[in-house]
Amino acid sequence: MAYNLKVEAKKPERFTGGHRMCAGCGAPVVVRTILRALKPEDHAVIGAATGCLEVSTFLYPYTAWKDSFIHSAFENAAATIAGAEAAYVALKRKGKLPEGDTKFIAFGGDGGTYDIGLQALSGAMERGHNMVYVCYDNGAYMNTGIQRSSATPRYADTTTSPVGSVIPGKKQPRKDLTMIMANHHLPYVAQTAPFGNFKDLHEKAQKALYTDGPCFLNVLAPCPRGWRYDTPKLMEICKLAVETCFWPLYEVIDGKYVINYKPKKKLPVEEYLKPQGRFRHLFKKGNEHLIAEIQEEVDRRWNELLVLAGEA
Amino acid sequence: MAIRDRLSGNEAVAVAMRQINPDVVAAFPITPSTEVPQYFSSFVADGKVDTEFVPVESEHSAMSACIGAQAAGARTVTATSANGLALMWEMLYIAASLRLPVMLAVVNRALSGPINIHNDHSDSMGARDSGWIQIYGETNQEAYDNLIQAIRIGEHPDVMLPVMSCYDGFITSHAVENIDLIEDDKVKEFVGEYKPQYHLNDRFNPVSMGALDLQNHYFEHKRQQAEAMRNAKKVILEVAEEFYKLTGRKYGLFEEYKMEDAEIAVVVINSTAGTAKYVVDRLREKGVKAGLVKIRVYRPFPVEEIVAALSKCKAVAVMDKADSFNAAGGPLFTDVTSALYGRADGIKVINYIYGLGGRDVKTDDIEAIYNTLLDIVKTGEVKSVYNYIGVRE
Repeated sequence: MAYNLKVEAKKPERFTGGHRMCAGCGAPVVVRTILRALKPEDHAVIGAATGCLEVSTFLYPYTAWKDSFIHSAFENAAATIAGAEAAYVALKRKGKLPEGDTKFIAFGGDGGTYDIGLQALSGAMERGHNMVYVCYDNGAYMNTGIQRSSATPRYADTTTSPVGSVIPGKKQPRKDLTMIMANHHLPYVAQTAPFGNFKDLHEKAQKALYTDGPCFLNVLAPCPRGWRYDTPKLMEICKLAVETCFWPLYEVIDGKYVINYKPKKKLPVEEYLKPQGRFRHLFKKGNEHLIAEIQEEVDRRWNELLVLAGEA
Repeated sequence: MAIRDRLSGNEAVAVAMRQINPDVVAAFPITPSTEVPQYFSSFVADGKVDTEFVPVESEHSAMSACIGAQAAGARTVTATSANGLALMWEMLYIAASLRLPVMLAVVNRALSGPINIHNDHSDSMGARDSGWIQIYGETNQEAYDNLIQAIRIGEHPDVMLPVMSCYDGFITSHAVENIDLIEDDKVKEFVGEYKPQYHLNDRFNPVSMGALDLQNHYFEHKRQQAEAMRNAKKVILEVAEEFYKLTGRKYGLFEEYKMEDAEIAVVVINSTAGTAKYVVDRLREKGVKAGLVKIRVYRPFPVEEIVAALSKCKAVAVMDKADSFNAAGGPLFTDVTSALYGRADGIKVINYIYGLGGRDVKTDDIEAIYNTLLDIVKTGEVKSVYNYIGVRE
């Protein structure tokens, strides 16, 4: 059946309202959309790294999670869920679990995934656990107060890469985690974002959840506090990330790269940067070369992706 | 009938694990514990167990995967040493606070730095207050017996705490000794099935674990954890009694060797007790009323029982195979003296740090300690409380 948001939205929520995530935050939208891709009859064991998502959805004695949920620490969501999946395999083999399928999902922010959790993620993926790791990438350590991570884009203003009179924000370009995971030769890797009717995110979540073996999703998840945008602009900013090719939508299926969306007219990266306060300094007179550098980086990466997908 | 065999400590522990047949083993290699997952993975490869073996990429992930597995309803075992235990540190506290009875064989090794692969107790001593039950074994037999009992202790509903079963690296882990193994079916019956009340793989009763727990609840949860540790003492003794009925081998919170009429005594942990017993025998031949207390259960610390065991002594030396770097004394010394304070005042207690980084401790060294105790008894004077033995100074 073709994707229909109205139908999807009528499914009982597996991630309930009443959690304490900010208005205009991408993460809960990402989580809810991914969990909607589960078959209603399937159980899920969900893990989260320490971060906004965890502390705002499971504050004792309240939980927003209708499935089984575990948080243990910051750097190990992948290892924790890998352990839970190993338990499932063993208990199934020993005939100790009832009929029915369980899906194993780990959520981590970019800090918990690109940085401190990269080792545990790489290990769990290489070992081939039947699980999906979802990085909700908001490009900084937002929970601790907007510190730069290796996912922070170049020249973004964060509290540990502040814009000063000498240094114009984070000096380094961002790490490309989706490519790193693609090079683990996993059955399914995808990059996506929540926008429009969530079709792209939903379908990729479904593929990841229902592909055997370790799968990885990298999902752009804007943060209104860190990015400094008006909360209703969440979807608009995601769309601009895609239209500028700052955040291309693509999949790597058993090693085959597929670009899911090619803008007819690629927008200049300024369109993505402009609504965000973290890039405000780039629009001061005399900083045009900084935007040019960002554009150059975006173009180079987009062209590399076109080559990988055989579309260059 | 027991099965007589000759095994190294690590082999014996791996055999115990085969007999326990855990649901999940997640482990990472580190000397001298490496052989445990190594032997175990060959049991997996040969189909002798139906465990899911998870060869993780670090000890941090080993303990994280153990936590995930145990939380998901699996009986879970791992092994490590020294820096491996140190890398698990963060997760040790989380396993304990999640009340997950993960089982960990700690093959004691000096903690870096400087890097050293040989035995002392600086690794597990550092983890003594992580919320784990700690049980120590002198011999291969004890390492084997302790692991089997540990399963029952940790999983007991009044306890629900993780357990470290510790034994000395190389001295115990690699030396081959005679051992009595229990039949496979009897071990299976003794450990029984793991049936947690809640687990992640229970699709009919989904649970959330590992909450953000702030000012209003954190303290109550830690208080419950402390209570579980208190409960453990009784459970350890009950399990030991049942184990005695099965094997004829008696275990307590500690072992008293010739303590009935002892005037001087040494308190020690693990393999050095074997050497010290030989010294006690020699001193007894000379008519010296010497005794020995070998700690088995270090966490929970058996305060009243230790006091009762030492209360008739005039002088006691506590031997620590780990220093505390507090300029005051080793960890076991601090625990023994604080147990005695107000309960058995007047006993002279001194401390010896020994054997760091695998330095041999000889019978002469231990005899010198007993001789110092005899001097203290004779003169009533303690010249030095906090001492080192077997080191060039």
